[in-house]
Amino acid sequence: MIRLEHVRLGYDGRLVLRDLELEIASGEVFGLVGPNGSGKTTLLRAISGRLSPQAGAIYLDCRRLSELSSQEIARELAMLEQEISCSFDFTVREIVELGRLPHRARWQRLSPQDHEIVTRALRLTDTLQFADRSIGSLSSGERQRVWLALALAQEPKILLLDEPTAHLDLRYQLEILELIRHLAVTEDLTVVLSLHDLNLALRFVDRLALLSEGHVIACGDPETVLVPHTIERAYRVRVRRLEGDWLIPEGVA
Amino acid sequence: MKRWKGVLALSSLSALLMGALALGIALGAVPVSPLDKDPTNRLILLHIRLPRVLLAALVGGALGLCGAVMQGLFRNPLADPYLLGIASGATAGAALVIALHLEVYYWGFVPLGAFLGGVLAVTIVYRVAQTRWARLDNYALILSGVALAALFSAVTSFLLFYAGAAHDARRVIFWILGGLGGAQWLYVLGVLGTLLIVGATLVLFARELNALALGEEMAAHLGIEPRHLRKILLFAVTLLTAVAVAVSGTIGFVGLIVPHILRLIVGPDHRVLLPASALGGAVLLTLCDAVARTVLAPAELPIGIITALLGAPFFLFLLRRRAQPGVTL
Repeated sequence: MIRLEHVRLGYDGRLVLRDLELEIASGEVFGLVGPNGSGKTTLLRAISGRLSPQAGAIYLDCRRLSELSSQEIARELAMLEQEISCSFDFTVREIVELGRLPHRARWQRLSPQDHEIVTRALRLTDTLQFADRSIGSLSSGERQRVWLALALAQEPKILLLDEPTAHLDLRYQLEILELIRHLAVTEDLTVVLSLHDLNLALRFVDRLALLSEGHVIACGDPETVLVPHTIERAYRVRVRRLEGDWLIPEGVA
Repeated sequence: MKRWKGVLALSSLSALLMGALALGIALGAVPVSPLDKDPTNRLILLHIRLPRVLLAALVGGALGLCGAVMQGLFRNPLADPYLLGIASGATAGAALVIALHLEVYYWGFVPLGAFLGGVLAVTIVYRVAQTRWARLDNYALILSGVALAALFSAVTSFLLFYAGAAHDARRVIFWILGGLGGAQWLYVLGVLGTLLIVGATLVLFARELNALALGEEMAAHLGIEPRHLRKILLFAVTLLTAVAVAVSGTIGFVGLIVPHILRLIVGPDHRVLLPASALGGAVLLTLCDAVARTVLAPAELPIGIITALLGAPFFLFLLRRRAQPGVTL
């Protein structure tokens, strides 16, 4: 469970989110939507422990996030940044093995059990087939699955994903989100992800929060949050909802 | 399987180093062999040849290792140990000692001045690049390194000009060009000790360097404190490079080329790459020094000229390759 109590987030002088109250239940796939600059990434960074709140507190289960070391956090929680690049040409397996870092002391080798966990993460994301290929030789869709395998190798309880579908084509977008949903169930993960595409959000998340101008302006069931008038309030865009729950943008409001 | 590849690469490099050392000892103005009975030759061997060859290997090892760490730390395959102005700082430090004739009190003031100059340069660069967030900006770090290198070069030029005496000027030039002519056992022990301690520390951080390849944020999500890591590694590299420069002047390109070639052979995993770069640097500099001592024998070519002649075209080749689409270094 993730709980935010009266959290205020910002960088230096710039306030991004104020007085945030949010509770995300275990096993939930929770979406963050909102216009550019509304604070989705900032919120994810705060939950990952990389940005300390200016006020309020964030709890993972019953423990205060600010009291955990970054290694302790990394055993509970994995986060994938929106754009991950690898500066040297590591093999896929070498990269996924990095997921075991928070579980090993500096001088410890990877144990057979670690190798098993790595292989399992590769299998779950269907990347075992190119485990020995270099990361540079993969397509962006394949690479996205490798990053997911890296996160799974951390054996986290919580998975934070910053726009996992960015830069992916339609097929890969669906593929990766279906995989994430599937893993949330089979691996008993709490997933928090930010998404730009509201239609994908409608289909794939259990609950979501709509952020705008420093606030959560609506939170709950996607069906009830993503209705034309809240969307217009957040994005200043008129939309129409079709049968089967598809949103069609109609024009700038 | 992968582990065997690493072991194989490291043992081949060790064998190569043994060969290079043997060659380095045998070659020179006077041919000697370890079994020589002639007392003069034994003296040459023990007090001149041996410390010199070992120093070449150790300095090369230090530069290769530091280069590999810098490239990993800055996520840039074109980084090298002198990136942050350490070499020009060290040269200015040595030039200052020479110009003020401080070495008449104690010869060790010259390497000490070089060491302090190098450390001073890195400290300034580090302070400048530190932003309000207590985060370090890579570009600011590299650019301030360039600016500071220019500043320290100006100081060195001024000291050369001011010193006037041809004798002093030649000694300053030695630092700029680099050379192992001043080798003695004390230097060998100093570099050996630093290399062992710093090298062991750096290898312990190899996995964290691997994680850093995914960027500072991702490394942080894997439980690493990138700020601490960077401080520790920069300190270690500065110390080791400053010691190397203090005994041999500026020897360019070793720290650039060696990790580069070895990354192509052993892969980017720093657990193998770091020791491999140390061994590879040792091989390269031992051979370059052997060339430096023999091509114009009995006169001697500054070793920095040889490494630059080899390294600069290689660097340009790398840049050219990088400019082509589809090739990642």
